[in-house]
Amino acid sequence: MKHTLSVLLQNKPGALSRVTGLFSGRGFNIESLCVAETIDPKVSCLTLVTRGSDAIIEQITKQLHKLIDVIKVSDISEGEYVEREMVLIRVKAESHTRAEVLRVIDIFRGKVVDVSPNSYAVEITGPESKIKAVIDLFRPIGIKEVVRTGTIAMARAPKK
Amino acid sequence: MSKISGAKAFVKCLQEEGVDTIFGFPGGVIIDLYDELANSSIKNLLVRHEQGAVHAADGYARASGKTGVALLTSGPGATNGVTGIATAYMDSIPVVVFTGQVPRALIGNDAFQEVDIVGITRPCTKHNYLVSNPEDLIPTIREAFYLASSGRPGPVLVDLPKDIISSMVDFTEREEIRMRTYQPNAEPHPGQIAKACQAVIEARRPVLYVGGGVILSDSSEELTELAEKTQIPVTMTLMGLGAFPGSNPLSMGMLGMHGSYAANMMVAKSDLLIAVGARFDDRITGRLDKFAPDAKVIHIDIDPTSISKNVVVDIPIVADCKHALTAMNAWFNSQKDVDMTSLAEKYQPWRNQVNEWNEKHPLAYIDEGDIIKPQYVIETIDRLTGGDAIVSTEVGQNQMWTAQFYKFNKPRHLLSSGGLGTMGFGLPAAIGAKMAFPDATVIDIAGDGSIQMNIQELATAKQYNTPVKVAILNNNYLGMVRQWQELFYDKRYAGTVMEVTPDFVELAKAYGAAGLRAKTKSEVEPVIKEALAINDRVVIMDFAIKREECVFPMVPAGGATTEMLLV
Repeated sequence: MKHTLSVLLQNKPGALSRVTGLFSGRGFNIESLCVAETIDPKVSCLTLVTRGSDAIIEQITKQLHKLIDVIKVSDISEGEYVEREMVLIRVKAESHTRAEVLRVIDIFRGKVVDVSPNSYAVEITGPESKIKAVIDLFRPIGIKEVVRTGTIAMARAPKK
Repeated sequence: MSKISGAKAFVKCLQEEGVDTIFGFPGGVIIDLYDELANSSIKNLLVRHEQGAVHAADGYARASGKTGVALLTSGPGATNGVTGIATAYMDSIPVVVFTGQVPRALIGNDAFQEVDIVGITRPCTKHNYLVSNPEDLIPTIREAFYLASSGRPGPVLVDLPKDIISSMVDFTEREEIRMRTYQPNAEPHPGQIAKACQAVIEARRPVLYVGGGVILSDSSEELTELAEKTQIPVTMTLMGLGAFPGSNPLSMGMLGMHGSYAANMMVAKSDLLIAVGARFDDRITGRLDKFAPDAKVIHIDIDPTSISKNVVVDIPIVADCKHALTAMNAWFNSQKDVDMTSLAEKYQPWRNQVNEWNEKHPLAYIDEGDIIKPQYVIETIDRLTGGDAIVSTEVGQNQMWTAQFYKFNKPRHLLSSGGLGTMGFGLPAAIGAKMAFPDATVIDIAGDGSIQMNIQELATAKQYNTPVKVAILNNNYLGMVRQWQELFYDKRYAGTVMEVTPDFVELAKAYGAAGLRAKTKSEVEPVIKEALAINDRVVIMDFAIKREECVFPMVPAGGATTEMLLV
């Protein structure tokens, strides 16, 4: 099962490597990892996508919590949540495919952020499934480069 | 506020923590610290190898319950300490290790004797620090001691750049340490305690499975009260030996790979397993699906990650063992309708069964006339010391025979590397224990292989007059691996024959120690008696034991614990 964990940790040197070291040392897997400062500069938020049985996810959560630099761990995929990922794709855009590329960008509410004589760099935001769909559509046209941010996620506020 | 040097602040912080003894080895970046320590009341033992420093600090901590301290220099000094740190980590021993580091301006430059020791020790410390600002020095040292000794204890490393040590810092008063991200939970949930006690009342075949957590939390008394009140049979892990008196009739000794027949059988057939401060290590459980298959499991542990890691737990109690056991005892005392006598009587058939197993296959060995059996050596040491000595071990057969045949009646009397299984642990750990208890008889039970891994510490013992005793069970083999080769590799003794072993009696003399040797069974007792009478220097006893003796019972790795190879 795929799980999305949100981890608040102290924004200190080495804190991130404690987290990643825990995963490699104990043989847990990381599908994606995204980390940046929160509104409190002393705290970072890390969104981590991993896979495992319930027992493994329980261990991951507990082991993360045991790290001294970790403030809070929540498995936000247990409830309602929103997830987003951004991707930059450089796709071939030659005279006969330009219109098709622009149509796809429009459908996925993307943006062209760089143009060259034979390519567009495109920015798309959405849940992982949308990113995958865009990549699949561009693949036959010709993808030159893909850079993904990995997933960030936030639990939905309780409805009252 | 007065400014003092980082080195002075370091010494003051140690004194604040009540540190009286540290173990270390100097080097270029920590000369300032050595200089300050020399002017202080703190005893600073110069070991002969940094691994020995950390093991000695660890042995000091295991024996005394206080936090052990080691001081190492940067680079190779720090890396040499890593095995000691990992040893303490696996057994949850409170140790603070200080390492020197190159000046901050040189960090990352591949400077002379620079190593990223914080990076290296991240997975084998409870936490570690690189002090990167002078004002962080004092709070970091205080936090390190707090972390090492609280919650589930463990080693904490503090890396000190040379320029931080020599900078001037404000000495601030010590305040209560509060950490936003670290609040270990000592108090058990009352509902869980009631559930656990109810399960005890409903059980027919309960077993207490006791680990090192009981010793670390100093809750032997509470455990003994619970066991005696309920008359539930007890088994202990290697780390738990001494938590409950080995000579108490309820004790079935150690369980697991080299545990007693009765201990393994009673766990396998139990309907309630009460795990206290133990972690269901693979050396205990053997094949997991055959481990206590019919038992409901209660697990008391301060570390939530230990719970349901290997074995699914029915009643988890996240708490300090002392608090949880106290609460369980109080629960039983407060229940007017629970008659403890009839509860104890209800378990009588179960205890009879357990005793029957124990009588059928007690821990035993075959006497072979004048050939020295290692088990006989341990039994004799046990008898002649009244089971009261502090005993450290190395790792392998010597360790398992000690665990089986020395009846540990008190906690903190067995010092052994359980989790990591570090050969070379016993001698420096014994020196550490002797520093904590100068009047105690401290014996390192060793093999001829493992004693050579840190034998250089004999010089440390001589220099600081810590007259420990070393009993070498000498078979000219790396015995435990040889045993596996005998049993599972058609006796192909690849790499386990010690073709060259020093003459330990002569070696003892070279180090200013007494050297004694027994070649026949009849010489064993006189040698031990003589060794116990020598208290002004280290004694090495060299016992020429039967070479191909095996440790039994034995559960082959990955097998079910009920399928034991017996004597």
